[in-house]
Amino acid sequence: MPPTTQDKRKTAPRAGSRGRAVPELIFGDLWEYDPAPETADPKLKARYDLFIGGEFTAPKAGAYFDTINPATEQKLADVALAGQADVDAAYRAAQRAFDTTWGRMPGRERAKYLYRVARLLQDRAREFAVAETLNGGKPIKESRDFDVPMAAAHFFYHAGWADKLDYVAPGRKIAPLGVVGQVIPWNFPLLMLAWKLAPALAMGNCVVIKPAETTPITALKLAEIFQQAGLPPGVVNIVTGAGETGAAVMAHPTPVKVAFTGSTEVGKVIMRSLAGTDKKMTMELGGKAANIIFDDAPLDQAVEGVVNGIFFNQGHVCCAGSRLLVHEPVADRVLAKLKNRVRVLRVGDPMDKNTDLGAINSRQQLEKIGELVDSGVKEGAEIFQPPCRLPAKGFFFRPTLFSGVTQSHRIAREEIFGPVLSILTFRTVDEAVEKANNTAYGLSAGVWTDKGSRILKLSTELKAGVIWANTFNKFDPASPFGGYKESGFGREGGRQGLLDYAKLT
Amino acid sequence: MNRLIVTKTPKVYIGGAFVRSESGRVFPVKDAAGAFFANVPQCTRKDLRNAVEAAAKAGPGWARRTAYNRGQILYRLGEMLESRSSEMAEAIALGAAGRRAALREVVAAVDRLIHYAGWADKYEQVLGSVNPVSSPHFNFTVTEPMGIVGVVAPDAAPLLGLVSLIAPAITSGNTVVALASGTHPYPAVVFGEMLATSDLPGGVVNLLTGFRKELIPTFATHTHLRAITAVADAAERKALRLGGADSVKRVRLVKAEDDTDWFGDAESGLYAIRDLIEFKTTWHPIGA
Repeated sequence: MPPTTQDKRKTAPRAGSRGRAVPELIFGDLWEYDPAPETADPKLKARYDLFIGGEFTAPKAGAYFDTINPATEQKLADVALAGQADVDAAYRAAQRAFDTTWGRMPGRERAKYLYRVARLLQDRAREFAVAETLNGGKPIKESRDFDVPMAAAHFFYHAGWADKLDYVAPGRKIAPLGVVGQVIPWNFPLLMLAWKLAPALAMGNCVVIKPAETTPITALKLAEIFQQAGLPPGVVNIVTGAGETGAAVMAHPTPVKVAFTGSTEVGKVIMRSLAGTDKKMTMELGGKAANIIFDDAPLDQAVEGVVNGIFFNQGHVCCAGSRLLVHEPVADRVLAKLKNRVRVLRVGDPMDKNTDLGAINSRQQLEKIGELVDSGVKEGAEIFQPPCRLPAKGFFFRPTLFSGVTQSHRIAREEIFGPVLSILTFRTVDEAVEKANNTAYGLSAGVWTDKGSRILKLSTELKAGVIWANTFNKFDPASPFGGYKESGFGREGGRQGLLDYAKLT
Repeated sequence: MNRLIVTKTPKVYIGGAFVRSESGRVFPVKDAAGAFFANVPQCTRKDLRNAVEAAAKAGPGWARRTAYNRGQILYRLGEMLESRSSEMAEAIALGAAGRRAALREVVAAVDRLIHYAGWADKYEQVLGSVNPVSSPHFNFTVTEPMGIVGVVAPDAAPLLGLVSLIAPAITSGNTVVALASGTHPYPAVVFGEMLATSDLPGGVVNLLTGFRKELIPTFATHTHLRAITAVADAAERKALRLGGADSVKRVRLVKAEDDTDWFGDAESGLYAIRDLIEFKTTWHPIGA
């Protein structure tokens, strides 16, 4: 349904003294795009076993679960369900590898294995991108241009550290911790795997890792690369399953450290369950990032950044810019521009190269997003959703803007983890800082202004681990990532992240 | 006729003032010979909450001080302790320690403060970084204090243990609420008087005396304490971690049963500071 004239008058105020209205581009369903499907073969297997001790191993209890394509709800493969006995076997393999090969290997040799992994992943980048999109629902342009190249970059960057660890902790002797357990989420299945594995392995640790229940495929495809790279058996062990398997990985007595990326809620459960142990922990948890636009910001660029900040990966991003704070003098203009921009976002088949928003990762997540959006409407915020057609099958959600949001609304406080932006306004710098910091989270924040000194003032005062100025959702293996407050602790990436996998003496 | 000496009423140092426990409770401290020495405040969770409030007020100002200034104030604190070292040694010697051992502990505590005074304007250069990212951004990582840090001091080395936990926290701009040794609380009372004369703003370090069993649960669960650094036994460690999980607290623990050598270099330095800071990475655009 295209917007009515009345609608236009309300959302397109006069711009500047020349009285020229902000031009409104109505693509909507008026222009048909030809399909542009990505056709590379993801080379999937019908059945994926556990990867333990360098071999694909059937689960001891013989149980498998279906993994699906969230864009079609069709089954992609059978995936092994790891039980306690499998987790035990994985940890035994990891400990053996640490004691006999990986833990004793000179850093320069470890480095070469990790370089190999990076190169082999680059070789098969398109195949992995297609597999990632099929299993996770994210647009192919994102898995192709971001997830897979960035995953390779993480292995390449950390490979080079393996023989330079003496420079990581000046004044102390540095050593690996031993065996570590890791659990990762479904929003960036391969990239999170790389974030977790690369620093741990570069430091000389061996790993048992559990991919998310809904997105196990690229992890198990990477296991093929570990075999091709000749990585010693047991250095990386991959166990698939749901929450119960994850709990077994975290609670096992073998690992001296556990690392978790996921929701704050589950992070707290893990912290409580490990309270009686002396395990080291890294927690990369949820967020409710503020993206702050000042009146001197280049507004078109800012609107692009806001769209990228919240709609990248359907908003399944822990550091997503889910709270937009707009300076009052430009609030109406920004909202009008945002609505124009959102109207032309293409929602649909993740495998189409023109798609901006793909599928929501699971039915459960779709329901959670719907529930929170309902609460936004009920609590009195004004909703805007473009009139785009959604595919009949699969899990899809319209990009959603909420204006007139107050700080007490649930949509301003709780992590939605979906394509939903809550818009608030502010008058002064101090008010912006206070509103931005008024959250239990502290993972990231964005600032849009033309003034360098203001960027640095805001970056000093915002309580968050990553501050993006005139950009958003940028990542790099050299750039430490991690949160303040209830967004977790520890860093991933950079020299700082390495130290979280090291023992100092 | 012998003159009767005027004894001191031990008070705790909270928000830059010397106060009694709001509860009006005290517990007696004896000297080495076992004779009554004085009553010490038996602080409650309400006192702890008041101390957290004082630390919260002092926090932003202390964190904004220049690193050079924080270093000078820590140095000044070292001066205060050195110049009153015999008084402090007597306070320590009230416990089992002999006078010589007590003096050794005092000078070690002075040296520790001087060590951290020097770190105040250096740790950032060692721990922070400029990061070579693959996009047109000046990407840099700086450190920031976590906020209010809860300290639970060991019974062994009642002064040196306390100072070794407090100093790295305040070097980076954190503020502290500390529980002194339960068995030898008096050195902490004297230390409060030195804090008061050291140019350290009131509220940056708040010292409580009392019983671990009564106060550790509140240390664990008070959501405004962003971090805990404690010497604790197994049950206390579990309690601190369990309570801390609710607010995703950073918990830095030394095992009480490990018989830590507080005089050793391992108990001081850069990595103790690192455990109580946050890393913040900023992406600043490069362009016209």
